[in-house]
Amino acid sequence: MIRALRLPLALCAALVFWQALVSVTGLPPFILPPPERVLTTLWSSRALIAEHAGITLTEILAGLLLGSLFGAGTAVAMAALPRLEAVLRPVLVFSQTIPVFALAPLLTLWLGYGLSAKIVMAVLVIFFPVASAFHDAILATPRGWIEQGRVMGATPARLLWQVRLPAALPGLASGLRLAAVYAPIGAVIGEWVGSSGGLGYLMLLANGRAKTDLMFAALLVLAAMTLALHWAIDRLATRASLRMRGERRATASPR
Amino acid sequence: MPPAAPLVAPLVAPPGLVLQGAARFGAQPLFPPLDFRADAGEWTCLLGPSGVGKSTILRLFAGLDTGAAFEGHVGADDGAALAGRVTFMAQDDLLLPWLDALGNVTLGARLRGERPDRARASEILGRVGLQGFEARLPSELSGGQRQRLALARTLMEDRPVVLLDEPFSALDAATRARMQGLAAELLAGRTVLLVTHDAAEAARLGQRIWQLTEDGLTALEAPATPLPRAPDAPEVLEAQARLLRALMAGERA
Repeated sequence: MIRALRLPLALCAALVFWQALVSVTGLPPFILPPPERVLTTLWSSRALIAEHAGITLTEILAGLLLGSLFGAGTAVAMAALPRLEAVLRPVLVFSQTIPVFALAPLLTLWLGYGLSAKIVMAVLVIFFPVASAFHDAILATPRGWIEQGRVMGATPARLLWQVRLPAALPGLASGLRLAAVYAPIGAVIGEWVGSSGGLGYLMLLANGRAKTDLMFAALLVLAAMTLALHWAIDRLATRASLRMRGERRATASPR
Repeated sequence: MPPAAPLVAPLVAPPGLVLQGAARFGAQPLFPPLDFRADAGEWTCLLGPSGVGKSTILRLFAGLDTGAAFEGHVGADDGAALAGRVTFMAQDDLLLPWLDALGNVTLGARLRGERPDRARASEILGRVGLQGFEARLPSELSGGQRQRLALARTLMEDRPVVLLDEPFSALDAATRARMQGLAAELLAGRTVLLVTHDAAEAARLGQRIWQLTEDGLTALEAPATPLPRAPDAPEVLEAQARLLRALMAGERA
């Protein structure tokens, strides 16, 4: 009961703090609009915001899907082919020293102002956490399971597919949790650098025209989207992890 | 003891085991040159304290990495390779938590790309007292039931040589005694090497008993009665006392 009330209570507290800040400091609305005004704008501009939110959501979901597939695929390929791993692992680590966000202008130059530059941006941001979390988990398979498989006469490929990959799914799940948080960042930064649509674009536009209330409204929608995404992925990831640890929920169907 | 049914009896005559050689960790000797043998179709116990290399010997027979440098010969006494003829069972049941009991018992077949024989797996589950448990996950089983499931998986592998590395030492006393009886009955006819530090276990299950100390191997007298033996049979209790004295003397040395 108390758990369920936690989020609404925190939201109320934030609203009260926000309103108090506006009243006490007397900041003009174009610096810090009061919550009531932001909510009014959110409602009156709902069509505009929804249109841009749809673009951003498309970028995030496409980036999340492609980045996760690409990252997980790389992790599996590295586990299956030790030679590939020897080449790829240092490249991957080195690639992390380049701030991916610095590539955003380049991506815009190469791919234009459309969706693809933002999707690639999100993929780049997601790829590494997913690949490294999954790969680390595959390498951490309990030694006893691997030895047992070898004594049973397993081929390395079957051992990977039937024992090591299932055992590493909780690792993939924690990579996906991170990805769910990173994907919106990638998409919005892509939009800031160059775009003609999306919540990031709308925020820049509103900011430039001193429509701070619209900016805050777009920000609220972006935050809500990210939270919802995180919640959904977290649920999925928790279920997968429980399943792999052999804990069966009463509601889950057997097998 | 009822005659072993074809279901769990080995399909081929089991070989004996031979190990001749010494092992060391870097410059540190683990065990001196040994001449160890386990007779075909019998239970051989390797008794000794932890850290003298009992598990290393067992892992050498299993063809697993030991971390120690072994110089010498290890294998079957019929000259053929041991690979593919051994199965092992350890204190850790090594059950895969996401597979149900049937999935765990048939794991070996799937790992070899064979079609799992579900009917035989169910029959073996029945033999270890887990009939009707096919769809249970390991987390839904007690410690004793998990070890029964591990025994079922070992039987399902149907290998002539069975290597046991203190498989019952984490169980409570009553469960352990029951598991020992069950294993003695179901593994009859195979070459079994049991590594243990427990004098009672060696006294109950050993047809040949070797004590391993830092100085090497010593043959100890095993009860002359056939397996399975009652845990409280006079000859078992007498041997247990004798083995315990040998263990304590070995530690002093």
